[in-house]
Amino acid sequence: MKLTDSERAMLDGHEGKAKRKAMELLVRYAQALGADRFVDTHNVAGVPGSYSPLLLNYYNATAENAYDVIYSRFDLDSDEVVEVPRVTVSSCHLQGGVDPENWQTLGAKPEALQMSQESEAAAASHGIRILKTCTPYLAGNVPVKGEHCAWMESSAVVYCNSVLGARTNTEGRESTSAAMLTGKIPDWGFHRDENRFASHHISVEVDVESVMDWGMLGYFVGATVQERIPVLTGRFNRPDLVRHKHFGAAAASSGGVEMYHLVGITPEAGTFEMAVGQGVSNRCQPQVITYGKPEQQRTYDELNSKASDRNVDYVMLGCPHAALEQIEKICRFLEGKRISTHCNLWIFTSRAVRTVADSKGYTRIIRDAGGALITDTCSAIGQAIPPGTRVATLDSAKQTHYLPAIMGIQAWFGSTRDCIDAALTGRWNGARP
Amino acid sequence: MSITVTLRGRTVVGGCTEGEALVTRDTISGWGGVNPMSGTIIETRHELRGRSFKDKVLVFPGAKGSSGWSAVFHMTRLTGTAPKAMLFNEMTTKIALGAVVMRVPSVTDFDRDPLTVIETGDWVKVDADRALVEVIKGRSRAGHGG
Repeated sequence: MKLTDSERAMLDGHEGKAKRKAMELLVRYAQALGADRFVDTHNVAGVPGSYSPLLLNYYNATAENAYDVIYSRFDLDSDEVVEVPRVTVSSCHLQGGVDPENWQTLGAKPEALQMSQESEAAAASHGIRILKTCTPYLAGNVPVKGEHCAWMESSAVVYCNSVLGARTNTEGRESTSAAMLTGKIPDWGFHRDENRFASHHISVEVDVESVMDWGMLGYFVGATVQERIPVLTGRFNRPDLVRHKHFGAAAASSGGVEMYHLVGITPEAGTFEMAVGQGVSNRCQPQVITYGKPEQQRTYDELNSKASDRNVDYVMLGCPHAALEQIEKICRFLEGKRISTHCNLWIFTSRAVRTVADSKGYTRIIRDAGGALITDTCSAIGQAIPPGTRVATLDSAKQTHYLPAIMGIQAWFGSTRDCIDAALTGRWNGARP
Repeated sequence: MSITVTLRGRTVVGGCTEGEALVTRDTISGWGGVNPMSGTIIETRHELRGRSFKDKVLVFPGAKGSSGWSAVFHMTRLTGTAPKAMLFNEMTTKIALGAVVMRVPSVTDFDRDPLTVIETGDWVKVDADRALVEVIKGRSRAGHGG
């Protein structure tokens, strides 16, 4: 690998043991990838030093040394525990732990809350911004076009590359924690111009309008192109932030999509030719794939193949974490009503968005209707569902992909409106498009 | 009678090991796709659903899904349920980082597709330092274990 003098100095231990361990891990990682240099990053999003009972027990950590022990042993994959300094570049903590206001609703034990709060306090004292969300771009971390980032969270990665035109690979816990200390990440994949062109052309031949439509399209695209880059043309209008969020999250979970282009809409797709890199050497014409009514219906059926019982006991919204406009919409459906006594309604969002929701009275509307607006986590990440849940309804293709597998429950997929109707009646009446 | 086939690739993580192959044509999700306590695939409709890769030579197209891939596979090392080696086709950041922190011999970029050459149950010798993989076909599990 070609290392700069400052990178060499960190690797040689001139900036302390922790940075040495971080550089050692980054070099192993870069070599595994086949990268020959690093790129500087000043924007890192991960889950540094997060505790879990299993990790604490495995490493025999105590409350006093847990951050250093877990950051060293797990995050930096070091065999020795080193003292972990403050982060050197702008770093934020994504989702995780339990909501300190709704921990009892989530069914968390007091010890879990305490562990979450200790972990958070340790990270904060090391200079990490505690955003506690999978949508950092809705909580103040909005990278600019061309900015090199090192982000975890596949739904945030695809948003960062595709919608913002910033540059990140799907990093993991260990690489982001190492990047927070060093400001370095392998120069590979999406950091490089030549890897940002589309290889697959999705021709959309059915109207794609609603958030649900975009979620289904994303789920189809991910399953079809896997980890390749699609460019989409056809029967859709300019999607808003929420539609991008649901499309990208779905494509990143059914496949591994980290970037997509919408011609005339996303920043690196001014034209179709730009999106596919026409004129750039070694580019071949992308393969064309049709998404029409049959593909849309098949996607819907696939998403709904994990449910059969129409009596619903749990409605979960906010995957990825809800934007304020989604909470406003939910409140319009809910205001003045009560959800079914047989059903729970949990809506997940970031702390930043909930603060605004609190001040606008939305949190109260949801509570008065019998629901809860919860931060920091979600049912899949926190493995938290209301006791006795058998059948859930979801408006997120991503959550529908994960939740039944993780929690062993049935799940229906539909529109936000379908989900709220299910919460009010306790019955699923979603319709196939 | 056994036939030996040799594959050459590129080293991802060095080291030597051998074991029985577990082969899938489906990509694997880490977080939400694998239970790290048992090394079992849990993804709905995955062709290996319910199967564990513990102590196997895992042969698969590559990684997909959540960025928690490396952390989940890292956990399998801690719980003793990691595969013995990984042989795969598609390089991604998820799998590179996962292989590194799992510390298992791993090879990619083969001269022949391992998914067509290797079948579940084949005995596989992995020399990841030299990026060489020797596949012993038709050698039954019982024959070797005995």
